Amino acid sequence: MTTAITGSGRPARRPGRTDIGAQRSRRIGFLAVLLLLLVLVGLASIAVGARPIPLGAVWDALWSPVGGENDIVVRTLRLPRTALGIEVGIALGVAGALMQGHTRNPLAEPGLLGVSFGAGFFVVLGIFTFGVTSLLGYVWFAFAGAFVASVVVFLLGSLGRGGPTPVTLALAGVAVSYLLRALTSAIVLADQATLDAYRFWDVGSLAGRDASIAAQITPFLLAGLVLAAVNAPGLNLLALGEDMARGLGQHVLLTRCTGLAAVTLLTGAAVAACGPIAFVGLVVAHLARFITGPDYRWLLPTAGLAGAVLLLAADVIGRVVARPGELQVGIVLALVGAPFFVFLVRRRRMIRL
Amino acid sequence: MTGTGLAVPGRPPIRAGGFSGVWRPRLVTVTLVGVGLLVLVAAVNIGRGEFPISVGDVLGALVGGGDRAQRFIVLQLRLPRTLTGLLVGAALGMAGAITQAITRNPLASPDLLGVTGAAGTAAVAVIAFGGGSGVVVGALAQVGLPIAALLGGLLAAVLVYGLAYRRGVVSDRLVLVGVGVNAVAVAITSWLLVVANINQATQATVWLTGSLDGRDWAHVVPVAVALALLVPTGLRLSFGLGALALGDDTASALGVRVNRYRVALGLVALTLAAVATASAGPIGFVALVVPQICQRLVGASTPPLVTSAVYGALLTVSADLIARTALPAELPVGIVTAVLGAPYLLYLLGRRNRGVRL
Repeated sequence: MTTAITGSGRPARRPGRTDIGAQRSRRIGFLAVLLLLLVLVGLASIAVGARPIPLGAVWDALWSPVGGENDIVVRTLRLPRTALGIEVGIALGVAGALMQGHTRNPLAEPGLLGVSFGAGFFVVLGIFTFGVTSLLGYVWFAFAGAFVASVVVFLLGSLGRGGPTPVTLALAGVAVSYLLRALTSAIVLADQATLDAYRFWDVGSLAGRDASIAAQITPFLLAGLVLAAVNAPGLNLLALGEDMARGLGQHVLLTRCTGLAAVTLLTGAAVAACGPIAFVGLVVAHLARFITGPDYRWLLPTAGLAGAVLLLAADVIGRVVARPGELQVGIVLALVGAPFFVFLVRRRRMIRL
Repeated sequence: MTGTGLAVPGRPPIRAGGFSGVWRPRLVTVTLVGVGLLVLVAAVNIGRGEFPISVGDVLGALVGGGDRAQRFIVLQLRLPRTLTGLLVGAALGMAGAITQAITRNPLASPDLLGVTGAAGTAAVAVIAFGGGSGVVVGALAQVGLPIAALLGGLLAAVLVYGLAYRRGVVSDRLVLVGVGVNAVAVAITSWLLVVANINQATQATVWLTGSLDGRDWAHVVPVAVALALLVPTGLRLSFGLGALALGDDTASALGVRVNRYRVALGLVALTLAAVATASAGPIGFVALVVPQICQRLVGASTPPLVTSAVYGALLTVSADLIARTALPAELPVGIVTAVLGAPYLLYLLGRRNRGVRL
């Protein structure tokens, strides 16, 4: 099972009452640390940028705005951007952990498996053929695309005995992404205006998004998180294998469908808002499993918080390294996440879920 | 052509100078049928356009017949496009066959290993930073684009091989590291598209889908020269592939210097793929799909090189024909190969999952 992530450092012990108590306080401690980190990164995200704002001014702008220049920058630009980053980070982190749980595959992740590109292709289709322009209009296309791509991935994940190897799933992701990218280019090439909008969206960025977008995706995000929370106990049983889960009274199909719906909502909302951002779910799910162990009831919230921290941190880094311009968060994450992916692949024994 | 006592029944050996092999009627038949179909499809593709020319007239013009107008249209205007597609397809097919044979992995191909992705990134960098600032720089960019693509592809190959190396290369790890490197290449490409101005971005996007549009003789020559050098080299080196298919240990015991041999053949495959990418953009899935289909058609144990080259050319030219006729607007050929190839890859993966080793 998932213990391989911690290596052979800890001997298997029969957990007694005190162990469980200690483990719980450890997990709560980690969640608190992540929350603290999130606050720190959030403040940095508000303060850092083309126009640096001292923390004192940030504080004033948040709690007692007087309408000065700093106040306007903070309240109309930085705060919505930070909120969007937190939301998308949580969504992608939880979606990544859910996908790894359902496919029992250490390389599963919405970006790498083509779910994000599925959402992206449908969004482009919606914009081009139906002339949809508002986020609330095309978020439904994003859901449809994420759903179709997730179904393909889940089907491949349930083919045959023992499920697919990491290679199979990763390559399926490559195939799906490649196909969707080609179809998307066929559409955007027909129309330069669409291409101009598409290329800024395709790179995966928090910049230049309308201030109301964070609020608009919130309901979908909340629905997705509720479904994920409902799904967590079922995932714990599915980790024992489908047969075992069924034997223990689990409705496997229902659990799968709940997971599918949660992944669809979370990824679709994130992609509709920010474009396809890869590697967050991958990095964060492994990190969370390393911290909390294999229990999905703890793993999912940890992955969500860590995802928000990672995404915001990457966004802040992207604003600092390429002044006066900025490096989009999707690029920063690819440059950080791909080495992590290679590291996972190079381990002597592939992590098994 | 004399038999020896060690001949396999039903497989008469053929020897001529340094060359030796066995007579495989199925291989020869399949290859010849492929050549015939290729000539036919190429002629149909050349015949299509504003001024339609029948297949017979196209073939006549190609061998020197027909009237002057037909000869001009066929030889000067339309042949370069089809010929580029044909050569690029052949290069991709052979590159894929070599890659799959030396890694013993049906899923290994230059496009999955990140080679074409990185070549694309390098080319987009040239388009984004090189073009648009004066005639001289523009001309330099035109010369530089294929070379940049070649260097990008080689860099990616070295990176993938180096990162996947850990007391030998396990082919699954090679593929996965390729996926990772490819992801970085794609990310950098989309960043370059944002940095570039919109006209360069359009040009780069067309190039990135793999297009045969507007190819003239200047595009044909480099890829033809590269093929003329690389195909014989690859064939000359391919004698040990049969031994390699038995596993590294057995191959070493049979006298094949496994690592040196693999690097040499790998270099040939890579250069073929990078040259193809440089002249027509990253046309996806040809290198992946064709060797597998040919292996089944021929009934061989490893992907056959020459047959893969022929069918790679056939697939690319047919895809170009489909791309030009299927929809009212002309599509880049790479979209058609992606639409045909991606489902096939998913099918291969599904089969592999059910415990069928390819």
